[in-house]
Amino acid sequence: MSARDLVFASIRSSLGVDGHEAPRRKEVTDRLRDHPTGVVPARGHLAPDGRVALFADMVTAAAGSVTRVNAAADVPKAIAEFLRRHNLPPTVRRGEDARLAALPWEHEKTLEVTLGPSDGHQLASVSHAFGAVAETGTLVLTSGADNPTTLNFLPDNHIVLVDAKDIAADFESVFARLRARYGERQLPRVVNMITGPSRSADIEQTLILGAHGPRRLHIIICD
Amino acid sequence: MTQAATSPRFKENARAALADGELQKSLKILETNFIGRRKQVADKLPEFDALRDAARDIKNHTLAHLDLYLEEYERRVTAQGGHVHYAVTAADARSIILDICRAAEAKLVTKGKSMIAEEVGLDDFLAVHSITPVETDLGEYIIQIRHEMPSHIIAPALHLSKAQVAADFRRVHKELPPNRNLEEPETLLAEARAVLREKFLAADVGITGANFLVAETGSSIIVTNEGNGDLTQTLPKVHIVLTSIEKLVPTLEDVAEFLRVLARSATGQEMSVYTTLSTGPQRPRDPDGPREYHVVLLDNGRSAMLGGQFRDMLRCIRCGACMNHCPVYQAIGGHAYGWVYPGPMGAVLTPSLIGIDKAGNLPNASTFCGRCEEVCPVRIPLPKLMRFWREREFERHLSPATVRAGLSFWAFFARRPWLYGFATDLAARVLALMSGARGRFRWLPLARGWTDRRDFPAPQGATFQAQWRRRH
Repeated sequence: MSARDLVFASIRSSLGVDGHEAPRRKEVTDRLRDHPTGVVPARGHLAPDGRVALFADMVTAAAGSVTRVNAAADVPKAIAEFLRRHNLPPTVRRGEDARLAALPWEHEKTLEVTLGPSDGHQLASVSHAFGAVAETGTLVLTSGADNPTTLNFLPDNHIVLVDAKDIAADFESVFARLRARYGERQLPRVVNMITGPSRSADIEQTLILGAHGPRRLHIIICD
Repeated sequence: MTQAATSPRFKENARAALADGELQKSLKILETNFIGRRKQVADKLPEFDALRDAARDIKNHTLAHLDLYLEEYERRVTAQGGHVHYAVTAADARSIILDICRAAEAKLVTKGKSMIAEEVGLDDFLAVHSITPVETDLGEYIIQIRHEMPSHIIAPALHLSKAQVAADFRRVHKELPPNRNLEEPETLLAEARAVLREKFLAADVGITGANFLVAETGSSIIVTNEGNGDLTQTLPKVHIVLTSIEKLVPTLEDVAEFLRVLARSATGQEMSVYTTLSTGPQRPRDPDGPREYHVVLLDNGRSAMLGGQFRDMLRCIRCGACMNHCPVYQAIGGHAYGWVYPGPMGAVLTPSLIGIDKAGNLPNASTFCGRCEEVCPVRIPLPKLMRFWREREFERHLSPATVRAGLSFWAFFARRPWLYGFATDLAARVLALMSGARGRFRWLPLARGWTDRRDFPAPQGATFQAQWRRRH
């Protein structure tokens, strides 16, 4: 018997089943198809403005920073301001995301924008979030050439652009959008849910930001 | 064989822990940092208790259909180009991982935090086979360079002070200037970050654990605060997920329920910083990510637990709330338990994994105060499960003769209520008389275990039963 067979045989003997019981199979198939919603906290269920405000509050509580801009055209300026505020060189790296590509980067003459994943040598990166969750102040980012995963973790400063309309009340709403975009039972290689900058409390439970990932997480909400 | 256990020497371990001043100082942190913060965030979420019920029900449902969800999960992983390997024992898991590492010609392996890796003793095994494993979670890194086991399942270096960590860094990071300042946690973290950043970029294989496996999508999920798990799994060409069969949940909606109770119960955060869902290896247009994705599913006795009294234990999501709230853990820390899993969850799980003959002391190391069950996010009846182990230990004649004799003596009276009432009433009166005005005993025959460290309070007249009868 293979290891796989042994494990399945042992599970089935413990459960007193043979794996062919139709009602058991149906219960599993139904649940995977219907993915019923469980208990959802009321906290995030607010009108759009309240939802964005809650998201910003939760991000701030998790030690991230937030700016809100009225139009996509204002984003390069907001990025340049963030870099200046922290005395960082005016350089950012981004992926091929069409929404990022369409920004008027030329408005910020001194800002240098490079393309591609990170190899660990960049100080700041810009990503476009797939969505966000107001309930906990969580960003949801998906992997791929548009927004390479390495940009979320290697640079010291991670700047994330999120559209106000994509800030959902709860996780379930974002999962529903992921299914609509990638298909039932499909996900991109990685979905990163990010709540604040990297941190550790492993030495005497003293909380310090910037453990292995970014020291700063700056979110630009775009209306 | 899994990690070597010192659980049979629990009593000696506990005595040493109580006398360890540095450890006692470190353990004070539990009250302020873990217990206080958990309560704060739990109180802020009105649905918290309903979510705990939901989490319990989802795990119960999944465990009752585990074979079928495993099949579905495996199918999705394979469809995305990943590989699923089954390991019946710890030795199987180690050799599967060694084979994958060898096929990748790996010399350096980075590791995210994984309790299963601790359980199977992976680091020592890889090192013996000329593969260098580097732990990248700060706490795990610290205990790795000290050659210790974690003392807490989510805060592995909880038992150490910053001065101890500084001494270890000076000892191990020989290439750095010996007179550098390492006084504060900030400088220690900065040093570890710089040292480990090199390792992340150089590693051939990255090994992580998994908090959850999702049957719907074939995804593995890690939950971290440092981001080390993500660098571990993103940068090398091979990602191995080392996990166990009970981590399965059906759908993404089910995942949401667990995320809402996990961080709150563990660190008192609303949400951990990084929750990452990984599904298969690099896709055609991906500019980064691993080219191979392997999942090693460990059984190691878990499938057998499904059939017995300890099935409830398989709901555990490894948050650590039970140990944070346990008066015994608070007093002796994690190492005294002598194996990978300490505290109340360890007292139930360890005997299942290494045998009650070796771990019999652990389920006895409880006052049955019930706080562990009160805070458990999946409502595991931990005291009841510890009692099951005590019963088994008794049935198998593993408990010491004095304990057995004492229990038989007590049972003789307990089976004869009139005699029990008479004897306890008499004892209460005699003890009250003997103690005189002080109302306490400094010494009592057969009670040195108690009176060596504190006075024994004398009964205040009548027994509880007698007082109860009088009032009702």
